Amino acid sequence: MSDDIVLRTEDLTKHYGGVHALEGADFELKHGEHVAIMGDNGAGKSTFVRQITGVEQRTRGRIWLYGDEVNFAGPLDAREAGVETVFQTLALADDLDVPDNLFLGREMTKWNWLGPFRVLDYKGMRDATVAGLERTAVKIPNIRNTIRNMSGGQRQCVAIARTATFHSRLTIMDEPTAALGVQETAQVENIVRQLKEAGEPLILISHNMRQVMDLVDRIIVFRRGRIVANLDRDETDGQDVVAYITGAKTGAEYEGAA
Amino acid sequence: MADTSHGTGGLAFDKSKRAWPNEFNVFIALILIVLIFEALGQLLPYMKGQSMLFDFNTGRDGTILNMARIKIIILQVSIIGIIALGVTQVIITGGIDLSSGSIVGATAMISMSFAQTELVNGNPNPKAIFGPWAMDLPILVPIAVGLGCGLIAGSINGMLIAYTRIPPFIATLGMMVSARGVAKWWSRGNPISFPTDEYAAISNGNLVDGLTFGVFSESWVVTQVFDGQNPAIYFLLLAVLFHFIMKYTVYGKHTYAIGSNEDAARMSGINVAWQKVMVYAVAGMLAGFAAILLTSRNVTAQAGMGFVYELDAIAMAVIGGVSLAGGRGSIIGTVLGAMIFGVIISGFTYLKLDAFYQEMVKGGIIVAAVVLDQWRQRRAALKS
Repeated sequence: MSDDIVLRTEDLTKHYGGVHALEGADFELKHGEHVAIMGDNGAGKSTFVRQITGVEQRTRGRIWLYGDEVNFAGPLDAREAGVETVFQTLALADDLDVPDNLFLGREMTKWNWLGPFRVLDYKGMRDATVAGLERTAVKIPNIRNTIRNMSGGQRQCVAIARTATFHSRLTIMDEPTAALGVQETAQVENIVRQLKEAGEPLILISHNMRQVMDLVDRIIVFRRGRIVANLDRDETDGQDVVAYITGAKTGAEYEGAA
Repeated sequence: MADTSHGTGGLAFDKSKRAWPNEFNVFIALILIVLIFEALGQLLPYMKGQSMLFDFNTGRDGTILNMARIKIIILQVSIIGIIALGVTQVIITGGIDLSSGSIVGATAMISMSFAQTELVNGNPNPKAIFGPWAMDLPILVPIAVGLGCGLIAGSINGMLIAYTRIPPFIATLGMMVSARGVAKWWSRGNPISFPTDEYAAISNGNLVDGLTFGVFSESWVVTQVFDGQNPAIYFLLLAVLFHFIMKYTVYGKHTYAIGSNEDAARMSGINVAWQKVMVYAVAGMLAGFAAILLTSRNVTAQAGMGFVYELDAIAMAVIGGVSLAGGRGSIIGTVLGAMIFGVIISGFTYLKLDAFYQEMVKGGIIVAAVVLDQWRQRRAALKS
């Protein structure tokens, strides 16, 4: 297996009882590559992500991360291995500030012999937060502000900055701009570009064709639980992608799939 | 902070931009309430120009402050205040603890029965619960038993809430009824009395004198300020300890995180169930400690001890700005809330208001504090 593959899946399959939500997905993500996953509702996009991130256990198939075969027992396992997910529902605590949220559940501490009463290293976390925000070019006026007092875009930015702060090895964003206004969407897209420049691999789930065409290198189309197309952004256009999504076309290598 | 600019356009940690802490508002409310009572004392005709906090004439305590009253205000809220420190943590997780008063009752009975002295004026202890083996035990035994009882009761609360997922209201309501039953059953309703001198000294001794090895026994500080104030000293020491824990440790951060967004806390890898067990256990242990102070102060234990303390403790927390929705509030707020509580009760007595009216007004204050909290939350929601 080549070293420049970040994530590889083989025959990834998930059945919910009799429902074949995901069927034999073979997928590859290279270093520094940004890939979009598109498809109608119920096409298997989120199911695919849930298998990779350990939120659900797959029915069949194998997953390799940076060449090592992995079996995540839960989302925490995946996070520890460097797979960071920005969920549709932001996993942020409203009454805590930015560093607290970035480090929630993995605080920097000192005096660790105190067990649950070990002391927080606020300065270390603030410095790392500032560094993480700079890396993603996220602008937040005051990181000591609680999440409650932030706009939707700023919240999304905090959620994304969380992945950048921890030098994740693979970032997955599940419809990061679905609930955002125009300006806030632009803010998030800028962060995605920043990640691209930094060479961070990314899987983006999105319904927004313009956004996908703007941001990613490659588009994977799901239809009825199967991958039906693997398109290079430069060799396709919106209409083409829509044709694959709706089933008017199916990629040559996927003939007979759906 | 040498460098707060960091180049990326206002991305900074800037002290001046920190929000106005809610505790300031509570503190201002405290001052206002004191001033209102002071003014009423000066103006109401039947009060004949008395002062609540000042004593200009006699100078009894060597200051112009009426130290006696100030001490009573702190002393009378300190035992319930200790319970409120635990209740604050429970409410911050988004829960509620209705059992603390009954835990005080049960713990009072159980720990007192291990603190008895064998001979009272040369006669066998008339209130003896156990045989001679449980008489004149080292002071650490009743303290450990008391803290242990609180810890067990609190842990049961926590485990019920964390692992059966029943609402905290129901779990602690059950404990409230059961623990009161334990308190009554323990000695079949009889009071337990005649503790050892050491046990009575927990509340009635002079902690500061003891801790300074009697060096300052003659000083004004020891004889005037801290004499008979042990519960207040324990309250303030514990408040400082838990202020630190809630603000600067992982335990505190996870407690706030759970109350703020329990799903986020779980997704972030916080062991939510275990954290809840710990918080309720700590609350139970603080109620147990309050029971030790209470029985030591009264040198007796009765099954009815701690009746409705849980509501007073919740009121202190809520008045101090702890949000019943979880996630917001602080130990400092609760201490100030306890002070407000004490000033109001003491002020009513000072204005010679009947105890009946005091209770009626107390209920109103609790409701008003919650209404204020709701109003604050709505305003915060509108702003964002």
